[in-house]
Amino acid sequence: MEELNIAPQTQSEPVPGAAFEPAIVAFVCNWCTYTAADLAGTSRMVQSPNVRLVRMMCTGMVDPKYIIKALLGGADAVLISGCHPGDCHYINGNYKARRRVKLLMEILPRFGIDGRRIKLTWVGASEGNEFAATVNRFAAEIKELGPIDTRRLPLL
Amino acid sequence: MGSIARIEVTNGNPVAALQGFCARLLADGEISAVLAPRLLPAGGGTMPALVADPEQLRDVAPLAPSFRLNAARMLTRLTRGADDGGLVAALLRPCEVRAFIELCKLNQGSLENALLISLDCPGAFTNADSGRFAGNRGDTASLLGFLRAGGRGSFDGVEVARACRTCEHPTGAEADLTIGLFGQDPEKGLLLMANTPRGEGFMTRLDLPEATDDGSRDKALEELLAERRAAQEQMFAETTAATSDMTRLSQFLSACVNCYNCRAACPVCYCKECVFLTDVFDHKPWQYLSWARQRGAIKMPTDTVFFHLTRLAHMSTACVGCGQCSNACPNDVPVMELFKTIAASTQKAFEYEAGRDPGEAPPLSVFREHEFAELTGGVD
Repeated sequence: MEELNIAPQTQSEPVPGAAFEPAIVAFVCNWCTYTAADLAGTSRMVQSPNVRLVRMMCTGMVDPKYIIKALLGGADAVLISGCHPGDCHYINGNYKARRRVKLLMEILPRFGIDGRRIKLTWVGASEGNEFAATVNRFAAEIKELGPIDTRRLPLL
Repeated sequence: MGSIARIEVTNGNPVAALQGFCARLLADGEISAVLAPRLLPAGGGTMPALVADPEQLRDVAPLAPSFRLNAARMLTRLTRGADDGGLVAALLRPCEVRAFIELCKLNQGSLENALLISLDCPGAFTNADSGRFAGNRGDTASLLGFLRAGGRGSFDGVEVARACRTCEHPTGAEADLTIGLFGQDPEKGLLLMANTPRGEGFMTRLDLPEATDDGSRDKALEELLAERRAAQEQMFAETTAATSDMTRLSQFLSACVNCYNCRAACPVCYCKECVFLTDVFDHKPWQYLSWARQRGAIKMPTDTVFFHLTRLAHMSTACVGCGQCSNACPNDVPVMELFKTIAASTQKAFEYEAGRDPGEAPPLSVFREHEFAELTGGVD
């Protein structure tokens, strides 16, 4: 069986002096952001390697528990990225995603999870450059923030 | 709307007066049965009963401060689908009315098929304490003392549940009819108020003496609300401080054994099969071992904090604060405190209040084209 290793296997404490490399889980829409990521890749744009993409058919199917699970499982941040408003392949899934992200923003920061660790963006299929820029900016922000403390939490 | 009638109490026994009121409802051709709390023979409080025969009303105890389960779920079973069984009159606590309204919005029941009758609610004891209070074993004198005190204080050594002490919705104005207790002498008479056209129609047909509003109920209600709001503020502050980071939250939930009783008891957690009971969480041994290797050690059972956070995300916008989650917890995890605290902020974020208005759509079932632009850096 394949294991998805988000947390480093050998050491739970970061090596002193070594730069912190965040793990970011991204839930991206098949029709827009995933296509943009593909475009960014085929166009050889430089992107931060900290992001693990999960291709969804629509951001409207990103249940809050996916985001919660990622953050509890040791992901330092979660990116949800879909079509621009009005462009959803399924008419309105991205609007639903926005409400769910709003909901999580009310819940998770109350338990000490920094709201900056959850990001919602709209990136269209043709915006490969925008995708690369989003990923690079977000990875830099999370590097600044440091690792999430759920990684070392003994009780979950 | 807004008519007030009087339910006369004779021999100083308001329970008998309400049993008589139920009998009048049953005599009305439109009502098929009455759903009301009934004393358990063993003396441990009440359970809802669907009463069709007026003879069987003798143990009905709508005023007993016992709240073994939220009857909203029961009422959905009686009102679901087409109106082919006739109207059910349901005597409910205000939080049961609000939970029922939430469930109807989620297509689990129908407001059309029920006549909702709420009572001013002084609160109820937890299931563990319920049997200790003599008023829950049929003792009228204890019950009268409890009603006069508006549920405040200690009775036979027990206090009403914390969910009730911090409840800011004790009147059930969302129901068709409300039975007014606050500010009334329960040995003399109770009020009956109509809140909807349907309630108004029944009030006229029941042919009760008219009453006037002398302000005593509002005054008593204001006093009670001030105390409860203060208690609520304190509970929110305590809970927020006790769960301010993930370490504290996991300690707050550390007695949880993943029995999911809170979910089973929750009136608004309505999924037929909860995802936490499916194969999704039936992890393989290698998965546990992999997690244990990554972290050095993992708590078993896993997914405790995950379960509660997910339930907060899935249903805190529908939480009516009835406290049945804490009632059902075998290990005294303060589930109600956590849910009520978070529900207050999630409902506020969507300008929503669970159970307030049947016409108000659940916040996660709708959206606006332009909203929450701050989430996407001002781009909407």
